[in-house]
Amino acid sequence: MTATDNPVDVASDVTPDAAPAIVPNFDSEDNGRKLAIICSKGTLDMAYPGLVLANAALGEGIETHLFFTFWGFEIINKKTMNDLKFTLLGNPATHMPQGLGGLPWMTSMATAKMKKSIADVGVPEIPDFLEQIVASGGHLWACRMSADMNHLTKEDLYDEVEDIISATDFIEKTEGAQLLFI
Amino acid sequence: MPVATMDGRQIHVNDEGFLTDPTEWNDQLADTLAGQIGIQLTEAHWKAIRFLRDDFAVKGETPAIRRVSIAGGIPVKELFTLFPQKPAKKMAYIAGLPKPRGCV
Repeated sequence: MTATDNPVDVASDVTPDAAPAIVPNFDSEDNGRKLAIICSKGTLDMAYPGLVLANAALGEGIETHLFFTFWGFEIINKKTMNDLKFTLLGNPATHMPQGLGGLPWMTSMATAKMKKSIADVGVPEIPDFLEQIVASGGHLWACRMSADMNHLTKEDLYDEVEDIISATDFIEKTEGAQLLFI
Repeated sequence: MPVATMDGRQIHVNDEGFLTDPTEWNDQLADTLAGQIGIQLTEAHWKAIRFLRDDFAVKGETPAIRRVSIAGGIPVKELFTLFPQKPAKKMAYIAGLPKPRGCV
């Protein structure tokens, strides 16, 4: 007997929790949410948090702006962006004796180790990561004061940096945004 | 776990609607899932979906954006065009796989 022969059977065929498709609410974030991230540090370990969070926000469809200031310029300066470093010095979270951090080559070793750990989890190096962020629709801005202090122009910076702007401009551009200072 | 009825079949899904059993997935279901989130699958979409399925079969986890672009050969920008706003989640949903757990 086919199910259509008996309407009662049709009903009993369906388990109690069977329901029409559950459709994820992919557009719940589509409410003008905006994120502003200020990157002010120039060490390898402090560059990644901002970039990872920016990338995550973009993947959620959130408009994201990054503002690079002070040491954060290391991340977008063509001369340094490939060569960020990690040091044990001043970082008790490494649980290494601080005296070790001052040994020659220790910073290079620590940097190489961290770069490997980052690569092992499939996270790209800084320039590639910036490229992905821009491809995902992220906006990169450089701080005017930092550029002037270091006599840097747009030519010195990663090509996808949209502009060198003042802090005031950044605050204007990110009106209503949630803000992270890193 | 809820059971949803799609394409006249009972499909096991989680609370958000993602399939919990990848073996219940087929091409027709992909079209249905895509339609439910407003996407009409083209050949370009299918290239991404197939990569997700193949990669999941090998690695046992859903690839995130970076892997789809590098290993799957589909530029990030294109992924955002094909699956607007939330490409990683939308691709996984259509491919009948769990949300990617990787960050990047």
